[in-house]
Amino acid sequence: MRPANGPKPAPAAAVTAPSRLREAGVAAAMYLGCIAVALLISAIIVWLTGGSWQAVFSALLDGSLRAPGRWGETIGIAIPLVVVALGTAINGRAGVVNIGQEGQLMMGTAFATYVGVNMGGPGPLVVVCLLIVGAAAGAMWAGIASWLLYWRRVPEVLTTLLLITVASQATGYALKVDWLLLAPFREDRSVRNQVSDQLADDTRIPRLDIWGNDFPISAFAVVLMAVIVFLLFKRSVWGFRMRMLGRNARTAQRAGVSTVTYGTTAMLISGACAGLAGAMMLSGGDFGNYRFTPGFANNIGWEGLLVALVARSHPVGIVVVAFSFAGLRAGSGFLAATGVEREISQVVLALLVLALLVPPAILFIRERRRALSATRDRT
Amino acid sequence: MGGFFSAIADVVTNEVTYSGAMRFAALLAFAAIGETIAEKAGTLNISLEGMLLGGAFAGALGMHLTESVTVGLMFATVVGIVVASVQANMSHRLSANQFVVGLALNTLVLGIASFLNTSIQPVSRAAHRFEIPGLSEIPLIGDALFYQPWPLYLVYPMVPAAWWLLYRTRWGLEVRAVGENPQSADVSGIDVNKRRRQSIYIAGLTSGLGGGYLVLGQIGRFEDAVVGGQGFIAIAAVIFGGWTMRGVIGGCLLFGTVNSFRLTLPTVGHELNSELLSAAPFVVTIVTVTFFAYRTREPRALAQPFVRGLT
Repeated sequence: MRPANGPKPAPAAAVTAPSRLREAGVAAAMYLGCIAVALLISAIIVWLTGGSWQAVFSALLDGSLRAPGRWGETIGIAIPLVVVALGTAINGRAGVVNIGQEGQLMMGTAFATYVGVNMGGPGPLVVVCLLIVGAAAGAMWAGIASWLLYWRRVPEVLTTLLLITVASQATGYALKVDWLLLAPFREDRSVRNQVSDQLADDTRIPRLDIWGNDFPISAFAVVLMAVIVFLLFKRSVWGFRMRMLGRNARTAQRAGVSTVTYGTTAMLISGACAGLAGAMMLSGGDFGNYRFTPGFANNIGWEGLLVALVARSHPVGIVVVAFSFAGLRAGSGFLAATGVEREISQVVLALLVLALLVPPAILFIRERRRALSATRDRT
Repeated sequence: MGGFFSAIADVVTNEVTYSGAMRFAALLAFAAIGETIAEKAGTLNISLEGMLLGGAFAGALGMHLTESVTVGLMFATVVGIVVASVQANMSHRLSANQFVVGLALNTLVLGIASFLNTSIQPVSRAAHRFEIPGLSEIPLIGDALFYQPWPLYLVYPMVPAAWWLLYRTRWGLEVRAVGENPQSADVSGIDVNKRRRQSIYIAGLTSGLGGGYLVLGQIGRFEDAVVGGQGFIAIAAVIFGGWTMRGVIGGCLLFGTVNSFRLTLPTVGHELNSELLSAAPFVVTIVTVTFFAYRTREPRALAQPFVRGLT
């Protein structure tokens, strides 16, 4: 109760939010500025080591977009990134942490390889089966983490992280023994290295050729998946409950959302997506020439996780970010000609990630300040 | 089965096993000591791997420039702290997601280190082994503990120092408060995010030094894969140890021993599946954490950002 003759409240200048257009402009400027700074730092690193930064950026652009047929390469790399990231978006929204996509992807690929090589029967059926089995294997691997989380309260960050190494060792072992994945000794495997049999021609995902850009048709399925995830979050009760669980687990529990059921579901879906991404990589042909090898996952799981985190679990953002990350990866193939090591693409990627973190953080802090000063004026 | 037991017996009675175990454990301990402090303050510091790697490269670079192990270790420490400063300021000044920052930092440091490594190609060598007279005569473990490259000995005083800092100083009390209940700590006048940043700096310091030790005390030269996931094992050791200094060091010793077993078994003439042995520390960690998860408790605000006025 304010006394009637007390000082009048200060004019609530801080309460009125600035126009939305101006806010959007500020945000866009901040994003552009941060990206520019990241690229500037990369250029300085190249320049310091005696390389030419113009050549590097031009090679990256050539390798990802400008050279003929590179769009196809970029799309091919973006496919698993988007799939991994969509799964991560779901568990991110549900407030469960999963940082073991790399391991789930490896398990998915290993099981998919086994099915693809040994199943036999009509080709399309084999493709469908290997994709399903890959997804199931990924879900199983993530399921271990969620089972331990809800049974014994083991932190899921720890288990998913540790299971990556276990998966990499287990698949490495499977690639050493004949009765699991190792290809039989033939002339096409001259050295006794760890490699699986190649998928037969009819058990591969068909590839499409548009203006010289050649990519697997799973690209369309992936876009469809992004739309479905978007609609699930925006329009479904299930998605709403997931989001509620992520925002405030206690409220969700009170409102009748079972933490265990929804948390486990989110984790399983996330793992399934990672496994599916692995199976798609295997049968899509952009990675490893339809063969599974120990280095097959090649950080795609980690990068997909980063995509989801940078895009802040938003399906549209995921597609955009995944495409740009894939472009960097595809572009790094063209770096050899410039005489600059291809690791620079990793540097550019990481700097971009860090740069993309800054604007939302600053906007959030500004928002908080504004809200705090508004409450201070009222009280 | 008899073969298995005789293999174990051969390894257990071999001095080399203990020396190797100690060297692995020391690296893990360098990283895990800092990580314990950071986690006590509420940061799950994934960039530990990057700090180790940055320290390793900086150590090699310092040696390359000055031919001195001491300067190399100083370089390593500085770079560890630089990596930590990025993690600290991004996650506890800007409140960005600490996992994203950590993952990006790991990629960034790996990229920069391997990029600079190919363009500079630093030349370095391992520090000489230093024997502590008398103590190194103890059978079996004497060499392991007291006849090692001298940078390893830095870890010995670090353990009690870290314990004292965390449990016997006002700063340590504040750090633990910040990790348990940041809201209460904030209300009682502790700058939550400042304490968290400081604890990450300490993690950077110790693991940068650890990276330097890895190159200058153990391997002798820098390679891209030199750290190879040891930072993650150190994080596992912290969780395995239940966030107590005693447990964490125990975890480091256990993982170090398993790692050393893997390398010693073939040299004493036994064949064992190396993949399964490499996976062993991780499986052991998961199983033990599963059974002790109810007894140990993580810092309650672990991995949760603090923004005043929220929650």
